[in-house]
Parts: sequence; C-alpha cells; structure tokens
Amino acid sequence: MTSSILLPLLGGALIGLSASLLLLANGRVAGISGVVGSLLAPVRGDVAWRVLFFAGLLAGGLLLSWLRPGSFPAPSAPNAGGLWLLAGAGLLVGFGSRLGNGCTSGHGVCGISRGSVRSIAATLTFMATGVLTVFLVRHVL
Amino acid sequence: MRPSLSAFLSGLIFALGLGLAGMTDPANVLGFLDIAGDWDYRLAFVMGGAIAVHAALRPLIHQRAQPLFAAKFPSLPASKPDSKLLVGAALFGVGWGLGGYCPGPALTSLATGAFPLLVFVPAMFAGFYLAQVLQARIGVGAGSQRPGTPRVGATPAP
Repeated sequence: MTSSILLPLLGGALIGLSASLLLLANGRVAGISGVVGSLLAPVRGDVAWRVLFFAGLLAGGLLLSWLRPGSFPAPSAPNAGGLWLLAGAGLLVGFGSRLGNGCTSGHGVCGISRGSVRSIAATLTFMATGVLTVFLVRHVL
Repeated sequence: MRPSLSAFLSGLIFALGLGLAGMTDPANVLGFLDIAGDWDYRLAFVMGGAIAVHAALRPLIHQRAQPLFAAKFPSLPASKPDSKLLVGAALFGVGWGLGGYCPGPALTSLATGAFPLLVFVPAMFAGFYLAQVLQARIGVGAGSQRPGTPRVGATPAP
C-alpha cells in the first residue's frame, strides 16, 4: 500500500520541482499544452525556451525508455477502429486544452497550486468528463 | 545556468516525473478515471505530490523581484471561469478518457517512437491548431499569445 503510492508521490514531486524551476528561472508556467501549443502561433523572442522545454521532455522520454523501459507500455498493433479512436482522442485533447487554456499540468498542477478558481473549475470539469467517458466506454457501451 | 538550459532541464525533470509516476502508461490513467470499476487511486498522489511541492516553493520564488532570466513573473487571469474555459476543459477530459494520454505524457512517450503516439500526437497538434484558428476567428484571444497583435506597451519576452 505505502510502496504503491511512493513512486506516484515522488514522480509528482519531480513535476512540482520542474514547474518551480521553470517559474524561478524563466518566469513561465509549466502548462504543457500552452508551452508546446503556442509553438504553432510563434511570437518573436518567445520560441527558444518553448522548443528547449519540448526537447527536454523528449530527452526525458529517451532517458526513461533506457532506464525504466517499463514506464512505457509495449506498443501493440492497434486495429483500425483503435487508431481512429486514438486520433479522435488526440484531436479532442489538443482542441480542448487550447480552448480551455490548459491541461492537467497547467490547470491541475500550476493553477491549483496558486489557488486559481478558474483552474480548480477546469480541473473538476476535465476530471468529471474523463471519468464519465471511461464509465461509458467500459461499463455502458 | 542559462535560460535555455533551465528550460531544457525543466522539460527533462517533468518527463522523468511523469515516467516515475506511471502517467506514461495509459492503462494507469484509465484505471484512475475508472471509479466505477477496479479503481486505481494511485495517480491521485501524482497531482497531490506536484501541487504540494509547487505550492510550497511558489511563494518563496515570488519573494524575488523577478525571475532569474526574465523581466517579470507571469500575470495570469484572475477572472471567473467562463464558458470557453469549461467547454474546453470538458472536451479535453473526453479525449483524455478515450485515449489515456494528456499532452505531457503523450509528448514524453513520443520519444519511444511507439506507433500509437505517432497517431495521437499529430492529432493533438491538429487540435491545438484548430482551437487557435477558432479563437482567432471568433475574436477571443488565445490567452495573451496571439500573434500579430501585441498589446500596447508589451515588451517581448527575453
């Protein structure tokens, strides 16, 4: 019981540390959808740190796949229906997080940490629709 | 340290945190969202741990007059939740529940080159783009980052 929450806690602490470093050094909020999504509408002088943060995420992914390959599930060969579902999911995640000005990291971690009412409302909303979606997919359909 | 190094390190630490926490396995995420099934409560501790650390460090950071490598700290909207925020968050949650990936874990997992991410991530970028186009079209600013319309007196970020 205790050991099963130790890694989630430690991983979460690292995420909080990362957000704190970005705020302290670069004066930026570590919301992934905002940091990376804004690269599609680049503003002069506001690109380099975003690209480097993105590169850091990818480098971290590479490091993880080397140190802890179990972090990533073995890639399966999804059928066509699975692929369309995945594409639809990606579209909704991208569209929704930009429209709502944040995702799990921006609203859920950084926003709640500063007690933002908007972020608390957004987090409760995406948690609720996420739970509802999984409920429908797994227990109703 | 330089601003480029700190941004890179921040992304790297973020990815390591996501991996250790189990967020890069969609099965964990869907198990967390499945409260009516065999609920996997562990991921609640990821957000808990992240909020605890950031909420503790944030006030210390804000004791400084400015960030190490930037002119000022971000000014964020203190307004009430509006329909755009809630509709966006609701759609994001549906996509999260369907695929088990939110943006951070998806980009971190992209490094493995696994096929599902080669579908999910381009679709996610298409979604980012569509939302920006829509917001430009209906005349609601995408945050404060709309290209071509700098606010009066706004200084470019260093």
